[in-house]
Amino acid sequence: MGIISRGFRGRRTEGGDRLPPGQYLEHGFPVLSAGPTPRVPLDRWEFAIDTETGQTHRWTWPELTALPAETPTVDIHCVTKWSKFDTNWEGVSLDTLFEDVETSVEYAQVYSYGGYTTNLPLEDLLDGKAWLAYRYDGEELEPRHGGPVRLLVPHLYFWKSAKWVRGIRLTNEDWPGFWETAGYHNYGDPWREQRYEGD
Amino acid sequence: MRRLIWRAATLVEVRAETATARTLVLDVPGWPGHLAGQHLDVRLTADDGYSAQRSYSLAAPADGERIELTVELVDDGEVSPYLTEVIEVGDQVEVRGPVGGWFVWRPESRAPVLLVAGGSGIVPLMAMIRARRLAGSRTPFRLLYSLRDPGRRYYAAELRRPEPGLDITYLYTRTTPEDWPRKAGRVMLGDLAESGWPADFEPDCYVCGPTGFVEVAADLLLDLGHAPEHVRTERFGPSGG
Repeated sequence: MGIISRGFRGRRTEGGDRLPPGQYLEHGFPVLSAGPTPRVPLDRWEFAIDTETGQTHRWTWPELTALPAETPTVDIHCVTKWSKFDTNWEGVSLDTLFEDVETSVEYAQVYSYGGYTTNLPLEDLLDGKAWLAYRYDGEELEPRHGGPVRLLVPHLYFWKSAKWVRGIRLTNEDWPGFWETAGYHNYGDPWREQRYEGD
Repeated sequence: MRRLIWRAATLVEVRAETATARTLVLDVPGWPGHLAGQHLDVRLTADDGYSAQRSYSLAAPADGERIELTVELVDDGEVSPYLTEVIEVGDQVEVRGPVGGWFVWRPESRAPVLLVAGGSGIVPLMAMIRARRLAGSRTPFRLLYSLRDPGRRYYAAELRRPEPGLDITYLYTRTTPEDWPRKAGRVMLGDLAESGWPADFEPDCYVCGPTGFVEVAADLLLDLGHAPEHVRTERFGPSGG
């Protein structure tokens, strides 16, 4: 046990085993971003997957929303300590988008409108683990929460779920993204409390 | 690889800022130093092993192994009530940091600076003002400080002292002092146009406060022509501490 803070008792909120270490349960939906909310008009929106061979797969907004949608209900965990249970999303599984993508690399660099980037192993985007989400709680995804479309990768800290997502670059090398080069952990597993570099 | 470890921190001084906020001065043996704008994690552990952690902005440059936080009481909070109402000089908490390499100001930077604070969002911006003073920097700073009423002002005495190259504009959203020229109300385009810098000066803008405030202020800065890459933001969630 660490240092005891005299007189501290704590709130001991609900959450139990569903809360990763060091997290607390939040009922609101806090917003965290490093800059202004980008303005992304839907008629110019597109999403791309760029492979290591220089092939690009593209989707416009009508093309994305015409794909089969899923409605995942997931717990999300922000590195700033809040977790939120049973969040309801609607979007397209990355498995669907990767159906016709041929690649043999291991890493994905995700990039967003506004310049944000984040990185993760490609396998963390596949097999039902990630979505491009465009609705939250039955409503259009608000710009401040990443609308029109954000990545949703709920098994990692939420900064990996890039807001305003624009594309994924598949690379042989792992390229640390925005927070990953600013002292945060490269992988970000909340259950192993991988908040910061070296955790 | 750099690794952030938990360090014991002992409270050595408390300063009341407002009725609900206070500055804690902590002694942290081994503290590695930090940049203005960075934050840290505070962990509290009860005698039965239960623990809780939250992030707080550092309010000042480090003075050796001595650091300062300013904490606002959050009504339904878990950690902030302890830090604002219970902890006494000599008590210990654990801290880990510094964290965050983006919302920072470096004294060697020459671009003019616009600081836009909403409520307790002043804390990391005050660290920048103090870092500027400490470095003897002549980089011009402007601070626009939005707050509900005059009683909510942090660092009131320190900010009242004239400081060459630092211009401060207060903006009250609910109650103004008597005979205040601006009516109470939320930040508007004109406030940032008058009290900020023209966009063609290419200032570095730092906006910190509650989510709603930051969304509005950052958007207005874009409307005024500031480039998104010059607008850095730090948002406090609706709950937080």
